[in-house]
Amino acid sequence: MKQFDELSLLEIVDEVKDGDLIGIPADYSGVPMEFTKELIKKGVKDLKLYCLPLTTIQGDMLIGSGCVSEVEAAAVTLGEFGLAPRFSEAVESGKIIIKDSTCPALHAQLQATEKSVPFMPLRGVIGSDIQKYRKDWQVIENPMKFTGNKNEPILLLPAVQLDILIFHAPCVDKNGNIQIGRRRELSTLAHASKKVFVTTERILDIDLFDDELSAATCLPALYIDGISVVKNGAWPCALPGVYCADNDEIKKYSIAAKTQKGFEHYMKNYLSN
Amino acid sequence: MIELKREELLISELADLLVNDKHIAVGAASPIPGAAALLVKEEAKLQNNRLRVTILHSNKYNNFTDGARELFDCAAQGRIDTFFLGGVQIDGEANINLVGTGSYAKIQKRFPGSFGSALMYFVVPQIILFREEHSPRTLVDKVDFISAPGFSDENIYRPGGPKFLLTNRALFKFNKQKKRFCLLKIHNNESLENIIKLTGFKFDVDDKITNMSIPNKTRIDILRNKIAYMVSEFYPEFADKIWGV
Repeated sequence: MKQFDELSLLEIVDEVKDGDLIGIPADYSGVPMEFTKELIKKGVKDLKLYCLPLTTIQGDMLIGSGCVSEVEAAAVTLGEFGLAPRFSEAVESGKIIIKDSTCPALHAQLQATEKSVPFMPLRGVIGSDIQKYRKDWQVIENPMKFTGNKNEPILLLPAVQLDILIFHAPCVDKNGNIQIGRRRELSTLAHASKKVFVTTERILDIDLFDDELSAATCLPALYIDGISVVKNGAWPCALPGVYCADNDEIKKYSIAAKTQKGFEHYMKNYLSN
Repeated sequence: MIELKREELLISELADLLVNDKHIAVGAASPIPGAAALLVKEEAKLQNNRLRVTILHSNKYNNFTDGARELFDCAAQGRIDTFFLGGVQIDGEANINLVGTGSYAKIQKRFPGSFGSALMYFVVPQIILFREEHSPRTLVDKVDFISAPGFSDENIYRPGGPKFLLTNRALFKFNKQKKRFCLLKIHNNESLENIIKLTGFKFDVDDKITNMSIPNKTRIDILRNKIAYMVSEFYPEFADKIWGV
């Protein structure tokens, strides 16, 4: 029996429900842009984006297309190409809720779910306005007698479980193991998500577990609910080790999306290609 | 005399602050700090010294294999000597704001967000604040939002914090006891009067205030012939703009 479910891209898109808390990989971890395009076409609503720890063009497009009601992130940005214009506009006009966070907190909340514990402590952050506005976070005094400092205030973050995660990977083996290389944050995301789907450049007729070197680069198939082969599936974002970002395209987007009208014009072309 | 770009002068100025480090990490949107770190690494190599540099947005100049959280774990373990932070606003007590201007509930201009600043500022011994624009709108009396505070109460775990602030006009050192910046160096084309006018917070002035140091020819050669190409791997727009590579 085949060791994994091979799906069409649209079958994966159908798994995303309105209102889902969806895991969003950073621009260096394999952004599923072809999937995002189909998701926007479907007209999904009220998504809550959980960015680990940031999003670029993927988040900005989803926000500009009216698919998003809430974003939890450490940053939304187009990197070298400046601010994420649809995100900035949506926050300034109150169209979306932003739960401002910081990178290590976004990791720690998922790590709590990985370990199935209700919260995770983190140092730093105390005294920032990030902490001030996060009513779901708590500060306690270090309860341990022999570790840490006596009377030390420490931040507690709640465990967060994602409804669904989709990312794009370089390749998958014949048993459905996903090659993620050193992008281990994808493991954290997958471990903390109820459902995980992967788009990939190709399926290889080998077993990555046959070799110690390749086994160490895998996210095991047991965490994955379905796989779809999508060529060039991260474009215009980079796929580490496979292709670079199409900077001309991202720049083009960054200019077009400065206004809602320009964004809509850009998206009309983008969605029809 | 070799004609220097302002960015090259800033890279060199930052590099001078890194010479005693063993491990320098560079985060998002930081081409100038990235170039400075790689420059110091090359110079250390020539002296037969070992210096590690981790550029977060590079695949090549990156020492991490445990995913994006490793930077924060590594920093918390005390294994990173210097990190760089910026700010939409930086105030006189070294509080930084990466979120936006206006009140938080009704933000006027929204910027990307706080990134990892709220931990890194606490745990990395030498944080260098770097913001090219030196104006009353960037260097303010009080930030509108504290992404990370410049100082903390005694009972808070905080081995790290701000040491320097570099802009395209001046270099300040932060005095932790006084919670106040002290002006150390100014750009060659600047006057003290103009710096005072363009800085939105009050600061001290060092007795031995000097101009920024002009890098020697060896350093400029390394920068242009080697570092420029390395930077183009992770900041192609910047490398193209400054060096045409």
